[in-house]
Amino acid sequence: MKNTLRQVFHSSKFVAGFIIFVAILLMMFIYPLINPGNPLQQIGVGTFAKPGTYVSLYDATKSPVSTFRLPDAAEKRLGTSLSEEDKVAMVEWFEAVGADISDLDTNDTEKMLEMWDEYYDPSAKPKGMIRAKILYYGRLDKSLKEMGGSDSISIADKNEEGELEETKKILDTDYVNTKDVANVKTLPLGTDNFGRDVLKELVSATGTSIRIGLIAGIVATLIGLTFGLLAGYVGGILDDIIMFVTNIFTVIPGFVLLILISYSIGQEQRGAAVVAIVIGFTSWTWTARSVRSQVISLRNRDHVNLSKLSGHSLVRIVLTDILPYIASYVVMAFILQVSSGILSEAQLSLLGLGPKTTEVPTLGLMMNWAMLYSAHTNGSWWAYFPVILTITLISFSLNLMNTGLDQVFNPTLRD
Amino acid sequence: MSEARVTKDFTNAPLCLSGKGVTKIFGFGNKKTVAVDHVDFEFHEGEFVSIVGESGSGKTTLSKMLLGLSNATEGEIFFQGKPRDISSGRKKREYWKGIQAIFQDPFSSFNTFQKIDTVLLDCIHMRGGKNLSKEEKFNMMTEACHFVNLEFKELTNKYPFELSGGQMQRLMIARIFLLKPKILLADEPTSMVDACSRATILDMLLNLRDEIGMTVIFITHDIGLAYYISDTVYIMEHGKFVEYGKADEVILNPKAAYTKRLISDVPKIHEEWDLSTVDLMA
Repeated sequence: MKNTLRQVFHSSKFVAGFIIFVAILLMMFIYPLINPGNPLQQIGVGTFAKPGTYVSLYDATKSPVSTFRLPDAAEKRLGTSLSEEDKVAMVEWFEAVGADISDLDTNDTEKMLEMWDEYYDPSAKPKGMIRAKILYYGRLDKSLKEMGGSDSISIADKNEEGELEETKKILDTDYVNTKDVANVKTLPLGTDNFGRDVLKELVSATGTSIRIGLIAGIVATLIGLTFGLLAGYVGGILDDIIMFVTNIFTVIPGFVLLILISYSIGQEQRGAAVVAIVIGFTSWTWTARSVRSQVISLRNRDHVNLSKLSGHSLVRIVLTDILPYIASYVVMAFILQVSSGILSEAQLSLLGLGPKTTEVPTLGLMMNWAMLYSAHTNGSWWAYFPVILTITLISFSLNLMNTGLDQVFNPTLRD
Repeated sequence: MSEARVTKDFTNAPLCLSGKGVTKIFGFGNKKTVAVDHVDFEFHEGEFVSIVGESGSGKTTLSKMLLGLSNATEGEIFFQGKPRDISSGRKKREYWKGIQAIFQDPFSSFNTFQKIDTVLLDCIHMRGGKNLSKEEKFNMMTEACHFVNLEFKELTNKYPFELSGGQMQRLMIARIFLLKPKILLADEPTSMVDACSRATILDMLLNLRDEIGMTVIFITHDIGLAYYISDTVYIMEHGKFVEYGKADEVILNPKAAYTKRLISDVPKIHEEWDLSTVDLMA
């Protein structure tokens, strides 16, 4: 036993998979300690806030001000206010009026604006340009002119007579230290369509999905193992009956069965555990078949005969003389079942047949939400890409562990 | 053992295991194979019987039926004169108190996940020694190991794969020593061990037979070996007994062509194969 474990941990593939999986598990346990709270709490109003650090504007205006005269401040300001779309439109205009754009650097904002001043003429009507487009350039020109603008912003409030009175003037050289700002919120993965912290949701969803995978794996392995052992060891009519049932389950496409069962259970009854059990119930057939064939080759071995001659009961023979010999195989099958359980949940949830949406997030549900709210078409990659990456990593690590185990227990595969 | 063999006459001894028309057929229709074809046999108490035949002659199939590990297609087997009843699990367990086996391959005979202690303890428990004290059990196991020239103290808490093939096969005999069955079925117990261990193991089998007075059914393909250790020899060809009788009579004066061929196939060390000058136990 000790020796086997040592061998297993000498397999580089197993260790790599194990490290990835343990890292995911650690993340699952540690992150909620750092960032406690309900993962489904809607903190943001509006959908899909970008990943990044959010500073409270209200608090910032009330924080102590330091003055810095940074040489590149104005340029940077222009840089961030000029969007990529604007730049593309500007280049299009330059092309239309026949300017030389061969050595134009679109990142050089100052040069771009200089060129704009030179080449933009509101009365010009470039050939082939529709009127709407010309009006668009008028608006663009207006907003570009405003960009330079004044070097201060005034904050005004109503005084006792109900007239606006300037209470604070913010200069373009004013800075506040983020440490002085009371409310700064970092959202490493932004928010989703409901305004929920994606990272917090992702960590919680990973936990739920792994739990679903484990339950599905346990259910599938237990059913498969029991049927396989009985059919293989007892044989005869019992074998025929069990194999008949197994074959029926094998020929019906598992996923279709899964969809039908999930649909018939109904949204209200479908908790995470129920979904897990349903997944387990539809994926035991291959375990049963392969356990059966291994048991058949084992049951006529001499040590089993000797155990029979020693007067051991059927249960004891199965548990002590058959099971230990197929244990490594069963462990490997279990790992694969967990992996496929997680994937099945993701598939089901993507179709809207996953667990009830109000209780827990799962990886599949997160993808379903991202899809329903068109995260992929409006460029909100943070709502679905980390989820896909997590599913891939879990599945990858489990399969890697399985390959490593296979090499240890199946000497012909060793390199 | 170097003196001339002494064979006793067992024809009048009480019957231990006998069979009438025992047949085993595998498959059906075109794929039908008759492994054992209507054989009759009578094994007496205390007798050392050899069943000799080449590979595929049905020896092992017959031994499985004798052990009750597989059912005969036809015919009946009698245990101590009465028809054998192994219809239920309990009756089978009762039967196995009377008949035990040593298998061909010592390496696959043991469950590699169980310690040697478990194997021997099971034997004590089977003999109704469940309530004995730890010390008594330990003494019994030590005695059994001593009988086969093993030290139980060195074996305890070890796994079977830590032993050599010869040691494992001797441990098998220690198991039989503890179980003290009426019949021992030894299915080529020496074919997988080296020549030295082979002599030791055969010697132990003979001693054990004398010690507890059991019947030994020795299955082998080596007719020379059968001649030296057995009282009675059954020659098996294609699932049938072609010849049987006292070892001397069958081997020194063979009647069936198959027996003659088996004898002529025994490797000769000198030009002439003189059975009486070969000292098996040397």
